[in-house]
Amino acid sequence: MKWDTCDPSVQYLLHLGDDALVLGHRLSEWCGHGPILEEDIALSNLALDLVGLARQYYQLAAQRISGGCTEDHLAYWRSDREFLNHVLVEQPNGDFADTMARQFFFDAFHVLQLDALQHSSDAELAAIARKALKEATYHAQHSADWVVRLGDGTEESHRRMSAALARHLPFVEELFTAAAVDRVAFERGWGPDVASLRASWLELVGEVVAKAALSLPVVAPKLLRGKQGIHSESLGFLLAEMQSLPRAYPDATW
Amino acid sequence: MAPTVDLEARFLAYVAAENKVEPKHWMPDAYRKTLVRQISQHAHSEVVGMLPEANWITRAPSLRAKLILLAKVQDEGGHGLYLYSAAETLGTSRDQMIDDLLAGKAKYSSIFNYPTLTWADMGAVGWLVDGAAIQNQVMLCRTSYGPYSRAMVRICKEESFHQRQGYEIMMHLARGTQEQKAMAQDALNRWWWPSLMMFGPSDDQSPNSAQSMAWRIKRKSNDDLRQEFIDKTVPQAEFIGLSIPDPDLKWNEERGHYDFGAIDWSEFFAVVAGNGPCNTERLEARRKAHAEGAWVREAASAYAAKQSARRPAAGLPAKPHAA
Ligand SMILES: [Fe+2]
Ligand SMILES: [Fe+2]
Repeated sequence: MKWDTCDPSVQYLLHLGDDALVLGHRLSEWCGHGPILEEDIALSNLALDLVGLARQYYQLAAQRISGGCTEDHLAYWRSDREFLNHVLVEQPNGDFADTMARQFFFDAFHVLQLDALQHSSDAELAAIARKALKEATYHAQHSADWVVRLGDGTEESHRRMSAALARHLPFVEELFTAAAVDRVAFERGWGPDVASLRASWLELVGEVVAKAALSLPVVAPKLLRGKQGIHSESLGFLLAEMQSLPRAYPDATW
Repeated sequence: MAPTVDLEARFLAYVAAENKVEPKHWMPDAYRKTLVRQISQHAHSEVVGMLPEANWITRAPSLRAKLILLAKVQDEGGHGLYLYSAAETLGTSRDQMIDDLLAGKAKYSSIFNYPTLTWADMGAVGWLVDGAAIQNQVMLCRTSYGPYSRAMVRICKEESFHQRQGYEIMMHLARGTQEQKAMAQDALNRWWWPSLMMFGPSDDQSPNSAQSMAWRIKRKSNDDLRQEFIDKTVPQAEFIGLSIPDPDLKWNEERGHYDFGAIDWSEFFAVVAGNGPCNTERLEARRKAHAEGAWVREAASAYAAKQSARRPAAGLPAKPHAA
């Protein structure tokens, strides 16, 4: 990206925006292919909320970068090494249980994160968070309902949901491990100490998992550095697809 | 026999007087059958129609465009839901209708068997395909079957947004770089004739048209709807500097309509017969989603059954908790 900025809040806004965009993009891949029409529509709703949220973070970041930077520059002209999302949200959709496990783990974190961000010392960021919290709370309810339904549905759905939780759990520790971007945000009062959200997350998630007659296996966390721009191999493909048109026609506007 | 004749005559008079038929009313079997076929086909078209546009959601060139397109395709899914519900009021289940689609027994609009090759196709589909659909659907807002008519009223509001958003994409491309303008013209070239075919063959070749008109299911002829669409769309193309790919197209002062070239119906019938560019892919995509979703649907109903078994029976006091 050609924009350099000395405003440190930009990195944090990009981190928040990238989580929302990348997860929203993944969910939008379901559109037209959902397991049932009502759920196809519901997954699109989640995607619409998250991409909409990403736009708000990027617009604020773009204002602070200035020099003609826009939300689309931030979404379409950064490489995967410049994306600061958690590795969890870029994981491929897998089956419906995988998508719900990824969503359920992220939603529980997202609600806690936004709840803290409402009280951010950055008033513009706080305003975005306040609005997004309502949506995220709804998302968390939706994904928790599915975890329970699948966990306590049939033998097959129980097996699939159980495997999906186990597959996504090793990505969770990154949510609660502060990287430089989180530490700066916490020091300036923009955002929470992410490690402090862990206990509440475990409580939220544990309650639902128990209700679903499932359990969280003991897993070793993966070594992940998404917030430093080091991602899984899948993000490169996601971005190559997403960014293809603006990059093929760099003189065009859309 | 006599009472049936009497009922049918009364039914015809009833719809001729612009009254709405409701699910519990008596209706001729053939009327019911025609409606089930038409409404389910219409529902399938909404759902299969999600696929060609969903093809570009992950490649939308701006975040705004991505949201608009995603919301649009989601709307089409909602239209599918309203229409399946309307068809269910006639006594056929959604599962049955979907099985017929996946078995290749039920049809959907052939337009969705064409590929979406560039971003400009998102413009052309919204502008032309939704535009042609509106022409038909505005007419259907006044159709004689109440639930169908009411579903159409809701749907038409959204369709006109879709048409405008599609046109907006085309306008933007037509005013963009050379490459963007070429992309827009290419999309118009590819979608124009298939869009005209959406109205179906001339009425003298559509065996069921006269009966549907008498039942007030259908209120205008295919040719009239097609002409209205052309008359409305040609000036819109001119306004953004794109040319309609029809050398015979010209304004006929006397008729007060555009004259246009002959439609290649052999193409239409080839696509209807299953040999369009994407018939196989579209049906495969629906079958795959359905098959892969089976365990999810089973789990949801198994869970719902367990829940209702756990709930105390209505009217009985819940078992008191042990102190
Ligand atoms: Fe529609
Ligand atoms: Fe539409």
